[in-house]
Amino acid sequence: MQSTVNNNENWTPRIVAFFCNWCTYTASDLAGVSRLRYAPSTRVIRVMCSGRIDPEFIMESFAKGADGVLIGGCHPGDCHYSEGNYKCLRRFTLMQKYAEQMGIEKDRLRLEWISASEGKKLQEVVNDMTDHIRKLGPSKIKEVVETIVK
Amino acid sequence: MADKPKIKLAVYWGAACGGCCVSVLDVHESLFTVVEHADLVFWPIALDVKYKDVEEMPDGNIDITLFNGAVRTSENEHMAKLLRKKSKILIAYGSCAHMGGIPGLANFSNKEEIFKRVYETSESIDNPNKVFPATETEVKEGKLTLPKFYNDVMTLNQVVDVDYYLPGCPPQTERLVEVFMAVVTGATLPPKGSVIGVFDRVQCDDCKRKKSDKKGITKFYRAWEVVDDGETCLNEQGILCMGPATRGGCGVRCVEGNAPCRGCYGPMEGIPDPGAKMMSAIASMLEGKEQDEIDKAIESVVDPAGTFYRFSLPGSILRRKQK
Ligand code: SF4
Ligand code: SF4
Ligand code: SF4
Ligand code: FES
Repeated sequence: MQSTVNNNENWTPRIVAFFCNWCTYTASDLAGVSRLRYAPSTRVIRVMCSGRIDPEFIMESFAKGADGVLIGGCHPGDCHYSEGNYKCLRRFTLMQKYAEQMGIEKDRLRLEWISASEGKKLQEVVNDMTDHIRKLGPSKIKEVVETIVK
Repeated sequence: MADKPKIKLAVYWGAACGGCCVSVLDVHESLFTVVEHADLVFWPIALDVKYKDVEEMPDGNIDITLFNGAVRTSENEHMAKLLRKKSKILIAYGSCAHMGGIPGLANFSNKEEIFKRVYETSESIDNPNKVFPATETEVKEGKLTLPKFYNDVMTLNQVVDVDYYLPGCPPQTERLVEVFMAVVTGATLPPKGSVIGVFDRVQCDDCKRKKSDKKGITKFYRAWEVVDDGETCLNEQGILCMGPATRGGCGVRCVEGNAPCRGCYGPMEGIPDPGAKMMSAIASMLEGKEQDEIDKAIESVVDPAGTFYRFSLPGSILRRKQK
């Protein structure tokens, strides 16, 4: 899929969202049943815990054309597997530093703790991230990965 | 075995440092065994065989080519394609051909920046007329040509079909001899595309240092900031070691020499990105839970991209720095 419209209101970024089953994924359900409208930008992938998200998933998402990657996990202290979200936070922090070195804009990668009851927060986070990415425009990462320049 | 026809062997360097060619020489007295079973038909570091001679060979004439070095110029690419055509088995030999290697670190930059630095702003350069290498230059005697310097560094398999990968910077010579003897004795070769001359375990499995389950690292140090005790796992002492994300094969030779593993043997089977693996491993070894503790620990990993992809940037998922 090719995004041709650059940086405008008609273009909807594609955000790959890795949501923990026990919290953020449930929050997105709640946002749905509560009819909280938010930008149709996310493609949600449910994982059993934010600690399951390998940096490889994030890289693959960008390499395959994501304009942003959003990770949603349980609040500190609330992880069902006790420490998965701390591990996620450490990976994420390291990943952010790597992404910056690779020339990937900071706003394309985001981590939020969103509990099952925070449908409203989910709405705000998705809308806010979508706005930020809209300002950046479509990601060129896929093109760079696939086009070797001689 | 004397009546068996000798194997035709070629060794070539692309964007390489010469170390891989020297590692072939390092077979020492095994060289006699090699020469007993093989004719070296092309090897620029040691033999005066011209490109033209290779061009004149029938296709598939060479039994095995060890191609070391990355692909960074039009000459490297031309030779990769030529040797592919002329060889039955093409082996990406060494980290540079396998994953891009040290020359592949240039994918953090680009041609324009590199030329500017090397031919213009470098402290040892005086180039007031801004003369840059050109692929063609007219002089009164005629036209001079140079290979084209590409913007991106490539791995060998980004340019041609590769049969096997033999990693290492350079590969451990014993592994080369084992692979060579397997071919000579007619052993069944592994499936095409395999990484050969490696073990099925990570470096840590071969490492003799004392390891504990809980690493509990709060900070990493530069090598000169700490004194290694010589026996505890380097990561546990806060000296970043790529062992957990690196495939065995070398005999943990760096750690044996009290230096951390830098990852030249590449990732384990089925892992497409060595850096991703290392980031996961580090996240598990750190103990901080609060953002500020974690920030402090991560801050001490000075150059994650350059450290985790020291030998593998062009072969990694994201391949190069964004423009
Ligand atoms: S793999 Fe290492 S030894 Fe071989 S050419 Fe590359 S830099 Fe040199
Ligand atoms: S991390 Fe390095 S020092 Fe520690 S066990 Fe693994 S290879 Fe050995
Ligand atoms: S210890 Fe690591 S860096 Fe050293 S040769 Fe082995 S794989 Fe390469
Ligand atoms: S279970 Fe939700 S982050 Fe671990």
